Amino acid sequence: MVLHRTAQAQDGVAFSLAVPSDLSFVGDAVDLAARHCDVGVLSQRRLQFNLRTALAEALANAIAYGNRHDPSKLVRIEVACRPDAVRIQVADDGLGFDPSQVPDPTTPEFLEREGGRGLFVLRHLVDTIEFNERGNCVCLVLRAG
Amino acid sequence: MGFSVSKDPRGVVIVGVDGQLIVGNRQELKQKVLDSLEGGTRRFVIDFTKTGYIDSSGLGVLVSLSKKVREQGGDLRLAGLNEDLQTLFELTKLDTLFAIAKTPAEALAAF
Repeated sequence: MVLHRTAQAQDGVAFSLAVPSDLSFVGDAVDLAARHCDVGVLSQRRLQFNLRTALAEALANAIAYGNRHDPSKLVRIEVACRPDAVRIQVADDGLGFDPSQVPDPTTPEFLEREGGRGLFVLRHLVDTIEFNERGNCVCLVLRAG
Repeated sequence: MGFSVSKDPRGVVIVGVDGQLIVGNRQELKQKVLDSLEGGTRRFVIDFTKTGYIDSSGLGVLVSLSKKVREQGGDLRLAGLNEDLQTLFELTKLDTLFAIAKTPAEALAAF
């Protein structure tokens, strides 16, 4: 796992992370990113819960469904902490997916299933979520506060 | 970071989740509960008092374990969720699937 600090200016901090496509790296990658985002933009509560959970979700999805655990592929995380918001981009090398086709996991027929809650949880943790057209890159925005 | 396992005098197994329950460590929790289930334990409390965050894989493993424990005639209860984690369970409607107590002591008392 490689962290590269791309900017540290008066208006914020930016860095990138390259994470191997192995789910055992998720915890450490989230921890590393959260520590570098601890610059006062987000409250401690949102930093320790919303940001960590959202990044864990996005990263796990990219490793499992995007790169399909392929050890030759990396997941790329770009983070920019600005005074108004923290913006996180997570990209994989997969074929992408259509987020509108993901079923609602809170319906009675899905409630007792083990999987399928990731995107639903992600949407509730961040202020904005956007996918690129291909569906292999997600951009998460947590506004300051 | 990790899991602690203890047993109360009545044989209820309490598993404490220290740090996070996510895709990278959910299997460890699953194995601990399944090992106890295999050993005859039927009553479980998962204690989140020291837990910072849970991702959807963590939620999923709890759903799966609860089902397995129920199939064996047992009961798995949750305790110690902070406000954010409680909200997560409510958003996903998993609060309707689990008995959730404020503290491990309350969860134990409810058995």
